[in-house]
Amino acid sequence: MTAVISVSGLRKAFGRTTALDGLDLTVRAGEVHGFLGPNGAGKTTTLRILLGLLHADSGEVTVLDGDPWKDLATLHRRMAYVPGDITLWPNLTGGEVIDLIGRLRGGLDLRRRAELLDRFELDPTKKGRAYSSGNRQKVALVAALASHADLLVLDEPTAGLDPLMQAVFEDCVREEKGEGRTVLLSSHVLAEVEKVCDRVSIIRQGRTVEAGTLDELRHLTRTSITADLTRSPDGLASLPGVHEFRAEGTRLHCHVDTDHLDEVLRALTSLGVRNLVCRPPTLEELFLRHYEVTA
Amino acid sequence: MNGTGELIRLALRRDRVLLPAWLSVFVLLAVGSAAATEGMFPTADSVVAAATTMNGTPALVAVYGRIYDPTSIGALAMLKALATGAMFLAVFSIVVVVRHTRSDEETGRRELLGAGAVGRHAPLAAAMAVAAGANVLLGLVTAAGLVGAGLPVAGSLVFGLAWASVGLAFTAIAGITAQVATTSRGAVGLAVATLGVVFLFRAIGDTADVAGPRWLSWLSPLGWGQQFRPYAGNRWWVLLITAGFAVIAAGVAHLVVARRDLGAGVLPDRPGPATGTLNGVFGLAWRLHRGALLAWTAGFVAYGVLVGSVAGTIGDALSSPQTAELFRRLGGENALTDAVFAAMFGFLGVIAAAYGLQTAMRLHGEEVELRAESLLATPVGRVRWASSHVVVALAGVVVLLVSAGLAAGTVHAARTGDLSAVGEVLAGALVQIPAAWVLVGIVVAAYGLAPRLVVAGWSALAVFLVLGELGPLFGFDQWLMDLSPWAHLPKVPGSAITTTPLLWLLAVVVAGLAAGFAGLRRRDIA
Repeated sequence: MTAVISVSGLRKAFGRTTALDGLDLTVRAGEVHGFLGPNGAGKTTTLRILLGLLHADSGEVTVLDGDPWKDLATLHRRMAYVPGDITLWPNLTGGEVIDLIGRLRGGLDLRRRAELLDRFELDPTKKGRAYSSGNRQKVALVAALASHADLLVLDEPTAGLDPLMQAVFEDCVREEKGEGRTVLLSSHVLAEVEKVCDRVSIIRQGRTVEAGTLDELRHLTRTSITADLTRSPDGLASLPGVHEFRAEGTRLHCHVDTDHLDEVLRALTSLGVRNLVCRPPTLEELFLRHYEVTA
Repeated sequence: MNGTGELIRLALRRDRVLLPAWLSVFVLLAVGSAAATEGMFPTADSVVAAATTMNGTPALVAVYGRIYDPTSIGALAMLKALATGAMFLAVFSIVVVVRHTRSDEETGRRELLGAGAVGRHAPLAAAMAVAAGANVLLGLVTAAGLVGAGLPVAGSLVFGLAWASVGLAFTAIAGITAQVATTSRGAVGLAVATLGVVFLFRAIGDTADVAGPRWLSWLSPLGWGQQFRPYAGNRWWVLLITAGFAVIAAGVAHLVVARRDLGAGVLPDRPGPATGTLNGVFGLAWRLHRGALLAWTAGFVAYGVLVGSVAGTIGDALSSPQTAELFRRLGGENALTDAVFAAMFGFLGVIAAAYGLQTAMRLHGEEVELRAESLLATPVGRVRWASSHVVVALAGVVVLLVSAGLAAGTVHAARTGDLSAVGEVLAGALVQIPAAWVLVGIVVAAYGLAPRLVVAGWSALAVFLVLGELGPLFGFDQWLMDLSPWAHLPKVPGSAITTTPLLWLLAVVVAGLAAGFAGLRRRDIA
């Protein structure tokens, strides 16, 4: 698969603040890529560089085989963007804004526009100042999703949406993928990324700390184990690879490094297992660990 | 009212540069006028002669008001400062009040504070308190300055009071418009439109004969300012009217606050079209600016009609060389009528520049309020997007000045029966265009190269105004006065149009636009 976005060693400073400090990112054609990081990690700065709104200080950036700073107009014909912070013109209706942005981008799929308005339950006749932040987000989403763009760049698109609308959004993203489009989705909502993304890049303080498929990332991490034993779990806590060990009587909970899983499971069975729950860590746990390790 | 004190402190912190800067310009204008005019009229006779001529010239009465005591040098010296200062003070008060009320609400900053212990009435009360306090302080400092310049104490105090009163009236008026309109642009627009209407009331009332509608002046806060009659009777009691009005209008504003929702105005939002016909950034820019341009044009036409109807009625004889000198300093070189047209269009040129400036500054507003981002993420280039607003700014200046010139010329021609006057008067308006465009050039250059400095456009206009108003009075060096684009305009009608300076001004405009666009292509978008 070819890369739609390829970024390496990206640096960007605003005055004395370093926003990006050697960031790498590869997004392959046709995938939904999650771009995860805490507030202030540099997600929006990266996306704005990909759109040619900001000029990178150094590093390689290629988007759709072009340079986002130089080939702006050509690239923008093939990209659609939903900003994280959306302000609309107070006296223009949502419908007018959707059509304006659509026309500027070279056309809108009118059938898709009507369908999206319906599914997102968005009233296009309201004036910009009357929309809530969630509804402003829907205006930008409809404009982007109804476009013919090959690449969708979405900056925390569901921050203001209620859970029902988030489900609608997730369906839409899957449909886009089904039509062969590429989606780059920044978020700190992990559940959303877990549901729709094929691959994930995790960034922190302007650097990529982890990248890969969800499976690959979990591979690097621990397994969460909850077990009920016949005897008290003495000695287990000191086994190599065991973390966050908690025991109440014969019940225990711990995280185990994946490469030590075998030894720990042997030790458990030798103690007599009455009940055992093993599960991959949620992205939350994975995420938290990344922030804490370097914090 | 809870939290008003905190909000006043916040407003003073935010305006720590703006307030002192504005106040000093006003004080300088007053003291400069006093110091300069006094030397021009050495004898009591010359004062009377000048005052009588001024009062006998409806065009001047319309713009500046009457002199109520022809023997008072103070009244003569401060006539122009009283009238123009009052207008600018009104604008100043409007800006301060709207900035701390509707703007905050529109951008959501108000909500951030509303979560704290801030009462519903606090923001309006704080904004009006800051504006009112600034006006009172300004009145006192001005009075002290005038006394220092050698004018009588009582008259100087009344002068300060007159200025402060106009400011207070518009503080309260802006308090109301900030509640009625849902956008800060709308609130400022409504208040400035009110200013235009009450200016016309005063102009018509002051120029009316005994049988005419003289009472119109008494419906105008600007008229009240005149009726204080500083140095010419010192009517303190007018304060009862102005203070009463300010208190009632402020009360009305607070009543509206109590009755409306946060973020809403008085009129409910109506649904608009579900689909759009805007075809591109130029369509969008026109849509965003057309309402304001229409309102500005109406104001310029009204002013043109006023100028046209009074300019020809100037007394035919110049009764003293001093008066001739005064008129020469006011503007023209040859016939008095031409001089009046030239002076009045000079004033209009500055106002048109303010329009161009404000319209071009919208670029910066669209960027920092993050509306430009959605557009710039489409294939539209930055320069094309910026041009859409710049074209409206440049063309708007032309529309305004042509409307005013045509209105003034047509009315004047109808009165005199001389059709050729239309062209001459129109030319007087047209020569203002390059000077007004210079301000657009400055704003665009600042926007592209150093967007944080974009407000420098207003500072530039203020500096040019000060140079134009005070330069001749204080006898500044020529090179200093030449910094202002208005210093290079031919006094038309009245003298021949010289194209070379106009071409130079156009070159400055083009350079400013080119530098701005080049900067915009290179820099980061906020």
